[in-house]
Amino acid sequence: MQDFIEFFSFTDANIRYVTLGSVLLAASSAVVGCFTLLRKRALVGDAVAHAVLPGVCLAFILSGTKNPFILLIGAFVTGWLSLVVIDYITSRSRIKEDTAIGLVLSVFFGIGILLLTAIQQTGNAAQSGLDKFLFGSAASLIGEDLIAFGVVAVLLLVAVVLFFKELTLLCFDQAYARTIGFPVRGLELLLTTLTVFAVVVGIQAVGVVLMAAMLITPAAAARFWTENLKVMLVLAALIGAFSGIAGAFVSYTAPSMPTGPWIVLIVSMIAILSFALAPGRGWVARILRQRRNKTRILEENLLKLLYQLGELRQDYGSARSLEELLERRNIPKSEALGGLQKLKRQGYLQKDDGRWLLTPEGEKRGRRVVRLHRLWELYLTQYLNLASDHVHEDAETIEHIITPELEQRLIEELNYPDLDPHSARIP
Amino acid sequence: MILQVENPVVEVHDLTVSYDRKPVLWGIDLTLPAGALVGVIGPNGAGKSTLIKAMMNLLPVSSGYVRIFDQPLKQVYSRISYVPQRESVDWDFPASVFDVVLMGRYGQLGLFKRPRKADKDAAMEALEKVGMQGFANRQISQLSGGQQQRVFLARALAQNADVYFMDEPFAGVDIATETAIIQLLRLMRDQGKTVIVVHHDLQSASEYFDWVVLLNMRLVASGPTEQVLNQELLEQTYGGKLTLLSKVGDLLRKQEFPAREKS
Amino acid sequence: MNAFWIILTGSLVATCCSLLGCFLILRRMAMVGDAISHAVLPGIVIAFMLTGSRDTIPMLIGAGLLGVLTTFLIEFFHRYARVQADAAIGVTFTWLFAIGIILISVFAGQVDLDQDCVLYGEIAYVPLDLIITKGGLSMGPRTVWMLALVTLLIGAFIVLGYKELFLTTFDPAFAAAIGISTTLWYYLLMGAVSLTTVASFESVGAILVVAFLVAPPATSYLLTDDFKNMLGISVLLGIIASFAGYYLAVWLDGSIAGAIATVTGIEFLLAFLFSPTHGKLRRQKRVQMVGH
Repeated sequence: MQDFIEFFSFTDANIRYVTLGSVLLAASSAVVGCFTLLRKRALVGDAVAHAVLPGVCLAFILSGTKNPFILLIGAFVTGWLSLVVIDYITSRSRIKEDTAIGLVLSVFFGIGILLLTAIQQTGNAAQSGLDKFLFGSAASLIGEDLIAFGVVAVLLLVAVVLFFKELTLLCFDQAYARTIGFPVRGLELLLTTLTVFAVVVGIQAVGVVLMAAMLITPAAAARFWTENLKVMLVLAALIGAFSGIAGAFVSYTAPSMPTGPWIVLIVSMIAILSFALAPGRGWVARILRQRRNKTRILEENLLKLLYQLGELRQDYGSARSLEELLERRNIPKSEALGGLQKLKRQGYLQKDDGRWLLTPEGEKRGRRVVRLHRLWELYLTQYLNLASDHVHEDAETIEHIITPELEQRLIEELNYPDLDPHSARIP
Repeated sequence: MILQVENPVVEVHDLTVSYDRKPVLWGIDLTLPAGALVGVIGPNGAGKSTLIKAMMNLLPVSSGYVRIFDQPLKQVYSRISYVPQRESVDWDFPASVFDVVLMGRYGQLGLFKRPRKADKDAAMEALEKVGMQGFANRQISQLSGGQQQRVFLARALAQNADVYFMDEPFAGVDIATETAIIQLLRLMRDQGKTVIVVHHDLQSASEYFDWVVLLNMRLVASGPTEQVLNQELLEQTYGGKLTLLSKVGDLLRKQEFPAREKS
Repeated sequence: MNAFWIILTGSLVATCCSLLGCFLILRRMAMVGDAISHAVLPGIVIAFMLTGSRDTIPMLIGAGLLGVLTTFLIEFFHRYARVQADAAIGVTFTWLFAIGIILISVFAGQVDLDQDCVLYGEIAYVPLDLIITKGGLSMGPRTVWMLALVTLLIGAFIVLGYKELFLTTFDPAFAAAIGISTTLWYYLLMGAVSLTTVASFESVGAILVVAFLVAPPATSYLLTDDFKNMLGISVLLGIIASFAGYYLAVWLDGSIAGAIATVTGIEFLLAFLFSPTHGKLRRQKRVQMVGH
């Protein structure tokens, strides 16, 4: 707790820097990642991240310094080159994109490792710290580095805001964008450049291998919460930023912990929870919806049964026992009882001396289900040429799902019918 | 006009097939006679390929069942063969024409067994039937569209099955190939095989097939060609989508409703 | 002698990976191979902690299981949670790799693994870990024996299942129609990839595994149109890369794994430019000749 207060009061300048740095890096790569994700090129970021390493090493060998701007330029050049190579290989040979990505990723990285280890063997004292590109170290972001990367991160965000409309169209419908005269090549170049920049700065925080996560994971998580691209960008940035802060906090309380993997672990957990829990698209929400459908089917079936019994005996006003219901339809007893009680609470049923009676609302809803069932049976026989002994099963489902508008259209298309295919009256 | 036959080769009972819960085929009841050349015909998106894929159990079905030779599919794998759409595979694949045709024998061979002389002879024979014997060692990447289609046909022939399912074998092939293929299919029919062909060209349909299945999300008609290919039934098939049906399908998907109450 | 053992290790890894890689790239699953090779890390660390040693068998089992789990997870995210396919791969492997790195840091004292080794291995140390018989006779490095065993297994798998692997890769719909289970062969193949990855991980690291899985098969894909030749040429290219890479590393005094990966890239570049059938330069020449 003490740590918590100490950390979040941001009194320590160092903490301020590290936190600000992590947030900027994570948020900017998350925003750019949204576009690459939507263009279905998420894994390209992984290749760029790996391809940055030889650039950093070459820049160091050529310049002999660790000036962040020079290293950035080196990283930028090879990162960019890797994307060009991937595009060239896929468009000019029979090699498919996934293979090209894997190839570029491993070969560029192999070259990087070779150079890095060769530099380390030279005994040049200035080289120490180059290997932080491998796993990143957000905690050591200070002074000069932070300013350089902070500037790039802010530029990235500004570029995305400025070109929001164009980038959206590029991701959504490239062919259309070309026909209305958008400079598609130029925009692709812009997105490529943004991706490379995002990778180059993000790598400082999480390192080569995990950089892919900073691009893909916040975007994939945000996608589950919204259908609106603007909201998705903001959400992705927030998720990235939160993970950045959380990672910085972990490495503050436990200095031996690597920051990058913690940031990635946290952002991954957010993503996995989003896949599971997001309303609408989430996995759990879908299971709940299926469960809700099931109870609705049960309830409507019970009302339908009661209504049909009334129809049979020409008497909707008497109460029926549970046994009478179960005789006509095979429903597990406990399930049926639970459903009946719930319907009673909702005001569709009354309980009378252990027997069940439809309220006027219940009768109305029961009648509607029976009506929809018979209408659909009629529709199937008339429009789908189905035999009348095959339509019952289908109608059993559809009776629960038809909306009032569809009901109206159904009645119109069937020309206000009176009888179903089994010559039962449509109520 | 839906004619059901006695002792059918293929029996489809109350088949509903959905993609992502939206039914694309509704309640198909269909029986097909033995020794016929059957055309499955309908507009784009009518579910023609879906129907034959479901018949071969390549797609999960929401309801209903399919029996072939009055048996479940698992017991008759060796008696059925399939010619997929040409675009469904990567023709850049490093394989020769002969390699592909030999695949037709894999099913009978079973696990761990390598193709024997008899299998290679059968493959060669199948290539001769489609007039491609000279291409046995050619790489498949060097074939024209028509040749690719013949190779696929040869693969199915090498299997020596009794029922053949073919997905658009005439799509994008030259006239010569089309004629060669239809002659071959007629020959197969005369030998008592049943050939079920997904076809999109109405013009040639009446000439090619003995039996026609008209399809558009639901079965419109199934019967001998001359009885089925008439103005009224074609209008029913091609005369627009049943919008109500699509709407209900969309609802099923959106609400994640099961196609059957108990699944 | 050390050079011999190191090159032999590299060649064995190259053999397994290139063979399996041919199937992966034709199935357009190169990145799944990449994902597995990273995601086995936590399995290795956990097996390490539980057994307290580098005992080979638990390690193979632990990480092999994790490799198959990775495939399941990717499938699960894609199918049931409906995450876009490439994003499912990216999220899964980075997540598992991050867990692996964190586990290494947490148990830094107990686990004799470091972060760098994870990426580019310690192939140079392979000859140091020898199996010595009771009589004091050296039987060669432990890793080499293990890799030889795995290579035999993978070889047997491909020979015995050649038909099915070939067919399910080329035309899964036809395979299913004639009663061959595509799912079964998919998971068998992924299991084989996991096994190979784990066996190679310690000695050559994740990155060289990926390089061997992708680069030699991609190169030989440009050189031949026959699948059996493609398998053979990939293996050959992998072995050549192990040789050349070793000497390149000695010359530059750098990482052997990095150097071998570099050579596989050079091989690809050469094939891309000069392949008699699919090379860039050859094609241009042909176009010019036709033009004249």
